[in-house]
Amino acid sequence: MTDISHSGPVLAADGTPLKRSLARALRMQKLRALMLIAPLLLFILVTFILPVADMLFRSVENRIVQDTLPQTVEALADWDPASGQLPNEAVFAAMAADLQVAAEQKTHTKVAKRLNYENPGLSSVFRKSGRKVKKWDLATDGPFREKLIGIDDGWGDIELWRTIKTYSGTFTSGYFLNAVDMQLGAEGPEIRPENERIYNTMLVRTMRMSLIITFSCIVLGYPVAWILANLPARKANLLLILVLLPFWTSLLVRTSAWKILLQQQGVINDTLVWIGLVDDANRLVLINNELGTIIAMTHILLPFMILPMYSVMQTINPSYLRAAKSLGATDWTAFWRVYFPQTVPGIGAGSILVFILAVGYYITPALVGGTKGTFISNLIAYHISTSGNWGLGAALGAILLAVVLLLYWVYDKVVGIDNVKLG
Amino acid sequence: MSALPPYATAGQRTWHYTFRVICGLVFFFLIAPIVVIIPLSFNAQDFFTFTPEMLRLDPEGYSLKHYRDFFNNDSWQSAMWNSLKIAPMATIVSVTFGTLAAIGLSQPHVPFRRAIMAILISPMIVPLIISAAGMYFFYSRIGLQGTYIGVVLAHAALGIPFVIITVTATLVGFDRSLTRAAANMGADPVTTFFRVQMPLILPGVISGGLFAFITSFDEVVVVLFVGSAGQKTLPWQMFIGLREQISPTILAVATILVAISIMLLATVEMLRRRSERLRGMSPS
Repeated sequence: MTDISHSGPVLAADGTPLKRSLARALRMQKLRALMLIAPLLLFILVTFILPVADMLFRSVENRIVQDTLPQTVEALADWDPASGQLPNEAVFAAMAADLQVAAEQKTHTKVAKRLNYENPGLSSVFRKSGRKVKKWDLATDGPFREKLIGIDDGWGDIELWRTIKTYSGTFTSGYFLNAVDMQLGAEGPEIRPENERIYNTMLVRTMRMSLIITFSCIVLGYPVAWILANLPARKANLLLILVLLPFWTSLLVRTSAWKILLQQQGVINDTLVWIGLVDDANRLVLINNELGTIIAMTHILLPFMILPMYSVMQTINPSYLRAAKSLGATDWTAFWRVYFPQTVPGIGAGSILVFILAVGYYITPALVGGTKGTFISNLIAYHISTSGNWGLGAALGAILLAVVLLLYWVYDKVVGIDNVKLG
Repeated sequence: MSALPPYATAGQRTWHYTFRVICGLVFFFLIAPIVVIIPLSFNAQDFFTFTPEMLRLDPEGYSLKHYRDFFNNDSWQSAMWNSLKIAPMATIVSVTFGTLAAIGLSQPHVPFRRAIMAILISPMIVPLIISAAGMYFFYSRIGLQGTYIGVVLAHAALGIPFVIITVTATLVGFDRSLTRAAANMGADPVTTFFRVQMPLILPGVISGGLFAFITSFDEVVVVLFVGSAGQKTLPWQMFIGLREQISPTILAVATILVAISIMLLATVEMLRRRSERLRGMSPS
C-alpha cells in the first residue's frame, strides 16, 4: 500500500502515521475506562456527594431573615448600631409591615427561631407581636415605635435591632462562630461568656476521648499483632479468627453486649462482687459515662488497629532481631532500636484509621455514653433531628468533616488509599 | 519467639510467659463480650446476667423463650423482613456499579485516577452522621426520604467503597493477555467479560458483595434519618430497644446475628483463599 522507500513517519497498517494511530488507541482506551467508571461516579455524586455538599451549604446559608423581613432589612441599612440610638420610626413601620405579612403566612415564628439562636429571648418578642400586629391597620395605626414597644419592651432594646442587622445577609458566619462558642458582637467576632460555651468543650472531649481510644488500641493491639506475626502460619490463622470475628460482628451486637455486661447488675459487676474485689453495695459505675464509651469503643475499633500492624509486622525479617542480639544488644535494646522503628508505619496507619473512625462515632456513644460520654456526632444528631437548628448542626458537621478529611489526606500520603485491605 | 531457646535466662522465661498471658487477656477482651451473650440468650429469666440455676448448669435455668419472643413479636419480625428486603437490593446495586467501575479503574491509563478513587471511597471516610444528615435533607427535597428506594440508594452508596476495594485488589493480579487472547479468537467484549474475566474475579466480587451486604444489614445511622417507620430495620429496632426499654429478646437477636457473621466470615475467608489459588499465589 505505502511506498517502501518513503522516508516520512512510520505508518500503521491503514496508512495513518503510527504516532497518531497510537494516540487514538490510547484515547479510546481512556474513554472506555471512563465509560466504565462514569455510571458509578454519577451514582455516588447524586446519592452521596450532593447531599453532603447540600448539608454543608446550610451552615452558611441565611436567606430567611431577608426573605421574611425584606422592608426592615432595607430600612435598617442606614442605621448605625454604634450610635446608641434606637432605629427611627421608618424602621419600626417597616417591621410592622413585615410582621403583618409574616404572621399571615405564619413565617414569623421561623425567623424568630432563627434569630433566637443568636439572641435568646427574641423568639417570644416575635411570637407575641405577630399575633397583635395582624390586627393593625398599617395606614392609620402609627406611630409604630411606641406601639411595638408597648407590646413588648424587647423592641426598645438596641441589641435586638443589632442582631437583626448583623444577621440580615444572605450568608452568615454565625453558625460557624456559634459552633466554636463565639458570636458576632458589635465589634466583629467575640468569644461567648463562660457559661454559654458548650461546643468547644464537646469538640475537645471528642478529640481527647478519640485519642485515649486510639492509644488504648495501640497498647492492646501491639502485643497481639506481634504474636500473630511471629507464630507459625497455622496457629496464627486460628488466632486471627479471634480478631476477625469481632470485626465481622454487627456493631449493634457488640454495643448491646457491652451495655449488658457493664450494667450495675451485669456480668462484670456480678463477677467482681463474687470474687470479692467489689462490695455489693458499691458496685462500679461502668456505663453511661466516659469510661463506658472508652471500653466499648476500644473493643469495637481494636481490629482496625491490629490488622494494619499485623500486615506490617509480617514483612519484618526476624533475622534483624537476631543480628542485633548477636551483636550484643539486650532483648529490650534489640526490640526498641531495631524492631520497633520498623513497625512505626503500621502503628501510624492503624492509629489514623482508628482515630478517623472514632471521632465520627455516633451509635456507641449514644447508647453507652450517657450524657458525659457523648461525642460531637451526638450533638450534630441532636441539632438535626431534635432542636431543628440545622445551620448549627451543619456547621459542627463541617468542622468534623474538615478534621476527618485532613486525617484522611495524611493517611493517603502515609499509606495510600489503594493499600487499604479488608479482612 | 515461637519457641523459647534452651539457654534462655530466668528473666526471659518469665517475660515469655507473661507476654503470652497478656496476649491471652487481649484475645479474651476481644472475644468474650461476643461469646458471653450466647449463653445469656438462653436465660429462662428476664435477667441480663447468669442466674444461679444457669451457673449450676441446671436445664431449668435455660430456655428458648427469648427466641420464641423474637419469632412471634410483630415488630421484630417486620424489622427482620425489612432488613432482608433492603440489604440484598442495596448489595445488587453496589456490586453492579462497583464491579464495572473497578474494571474501569484497573485499566492501565485512567485519567484522574486518584481523584476518582478518592470520590468513590469517600462514603467510607465521611462520618456516618454527616452522610445521614446530608441524605436526610437532600432526599426529603427530591421526595425519597422515608421511601424504600431512598434507603436502598443510601445503603448502596455506603457499600460501594467496599466493592471497589475488594474488586480492584482482585484485579491487580489479573492477567490481561487472557482477555486479549479471547478477543483475538473473536469474542466480543461482553462475551469476554462474562466468559473469561468474570469467572476469574468472581471471588473478589462475591466478597465485595458480602461486605456491601453486611454494611447495609448492620447500618443504623443512615436508616434512622433516611427511613421512616415503614423501613424499620433490625439494627434500628435493636437501637430503639437498647435506648428505651432493653428487653432480653435483644440477646436472642444478637446471637442470631453473631451466627450470621460467623457464616459470612467463613465464606469470605474461603473465597479469599480460592482467589489467591486461582491467581497462582500461595494461600497465606
